[in-house]
Amino acid sequence: MITVENLTKRYGEFTAVDDISFQVRPGSVVGFLGPNGAGKSTAMRMMTGLTPPTSGRATILGQTYRELHNPGRQVGVMLDASAQHPGRTGREVLRVAAVSVGVGRARVEEVLTLVGLTGEEAGLRVRNYSLGMRQRLGIAAALLGEPQVLILDEPANGLDPQGIHWMRGLLRRFADGGGTVLLSSHLLHEVQIVADDLVMIGRGRIVAMGSKDELLARGGTTVQSTDDARLAGLLEAADVPVSRTGSGLVVDAEARVVGEIAARESVVLLELRSGGSEGLEEMFLGLTAATSREGDAA
Amino acid sequence: MSTDTSQSPAPAVGGDADGAVSNPSALPGRAGVPFVRTFQAELRKMVDTRAGRWMIVVMAAVAVLILAGFVIWGPAEDASFAGLLELATLPLAMLLPIIGIMAATAEWSQRTGLVTFVLEPRRGRVVLAKTLAAVVLAAVVLAAAVAASAVANLVGGNGEWDLTAAIGGGMLLALLLYVLQGVAFGLLFLNTPVAIVSVLVLPSIWGIATTAVSSLQEAGRWLNLDQVTQPLLAGDMAGRDWAQLVTASAVWVLLPLAVGTYRVLGREVK
Repeated sequence: MITVENLTKRYGEFTAVDDISFQVRPGSVVGFLGPNGAGKSTAMRMMTGLTPPTSGRATILGQTYRELHNPGRQVGVMLDASAQHPGRTGREVLRVAAVSVGVGRARVEEVLTLVGLTGEEAGLRVRNYSLGMRQRLGIAAALLGEPQVLILDEPANGLDPQGIHWMRGLLRRFADGGGTVLLSSHLLHEVQIVADDLVMIGRGRIVAMGSKDELLARGGTTVQSTDDARLAGLLEAADVPVSRTGSGLVVDAEARVVGEIAARESVVLLELRSGGSEGLEEMFLGLTAATSREGDAA
Repeated sequence: MSTDTSQSPAPAVGGDADGAVSNPSALPGRAGVPFVRTFQAELRKMVDTRAGRWMIVVMAAVAVLILAGFVIWGPAEDASFAGLLELATLPLAMLLPIIGIMAATAEWSQRTGLVTFVLEPRRGRVVLAKTLAAVVLAAVVLAAAVAASAVANLVGGNGEWDLTAAIGGGMLLALLLYVLQGVAFGLLFLNTPVAIVSVLVLPSIWGIATTAVSSLQEAGRWLNLDQVTQPLLAGDMAGRDWAQLVTASAVWVLLPLAVGTYRVLGREVK
């Protein structure tokens, strides 16, 4: 369990994290989603005692990070996969951590297998690792002490689609065993694959949170027709909010409403469904547009 | 505020709202990690990187070359045990501080602090472990130099075993001061090149300044680490030499160590 209460971090005038509160329950994989610079990493560094908060607090399993006994045994943390000494082999990185955490060499080989790094790859220096391999190494280090909680910053960054699905399986099994996972991402489709619940953050503030399905349902109806421009006009005339995406329209109404209007006006529909990634994407852009630095472009 | 009746006002996400999944609690025990394990990890980190290994290899190779060169070409009557050991420790005095620097700066320049300080959030203990590990490493390296010098003396020296406790202890103390100075400057600057250049250049500049400017000469005698360690290495420390050693070490080792530790304790790890 991770609890964040009124957590705030200011750097002079700039507020990186602005009074965020949420709780991640055991048995869940929660995605911490937001555009770059939204405050995800700062929040995670405050949770793990690396950055002192300006106000508020974060606890893990009921204690602040600095109070935890042998934190490596309770919380697996990966804040930056590329923050590894390039002159150490992957296996050596884990062995040093194992000394500190107090687990044996057998556990090092176990986690290497778990994350799919071969013995040969583990013997390479981190300098020669791809970003995907570094991510796997970082996750291996996080899992080393068989923790209850995982805090991972951008763990899917640099993974290929297959790797992202592998990570989903790994984290799902971890959560099914009663574990708590909080992972951050700035890519919606990535976090959609890996996480079941989302906390969306923009400019340091939480803009939405809940289960993925719940947020998806809020995302409206996706529709595509032979004449999207005309359909959009008809919907607007009927006071139904519409927004355009690359491949059609997202409508803030039930599928039935859209279907009826289309049938009445004889518009040929190619696709009509509620929710879907376009809806969530639209919402993600919409929610963060007001708070993101790219507000105008979005 | 959520209507959740649990202990926290924070709205919850994920998992089972009914609390069917048991809520694990934190492991009992004192905060952090036992110091012995932090120390072991820090000692290991000094020699397990490519750079660290090469420093050791270069130190050993240079020491062996110097010893061999002196035994073969040097004036044989000077090749006593103490004389050979003094030569062998020259590269150690140069390179041990750099190992100390790298141990202190890697957490920041290679950003491994993101792992180290997550595994042991009490950073003061990590700093202490690094300092002790540097001391142990210096002692081990000196022991190896003693062994190599003994072999050199047997093979090609004059066979005189003239190493006194004063000289041996003085060498150990001087090496410890140099390696600690490395750790201290590493902690102070948290940047490898800046720290290395500072350790090599700042004392020299100060040394030149104190010889060139007459008004600084007296200060130089008290605050020049290279100068005050000379009687230490020669094994003839008198009362005033000890006082000068203390003042110079305070300025060049303890002060940067204190300021550097303070920096590490408060700094945000990114």
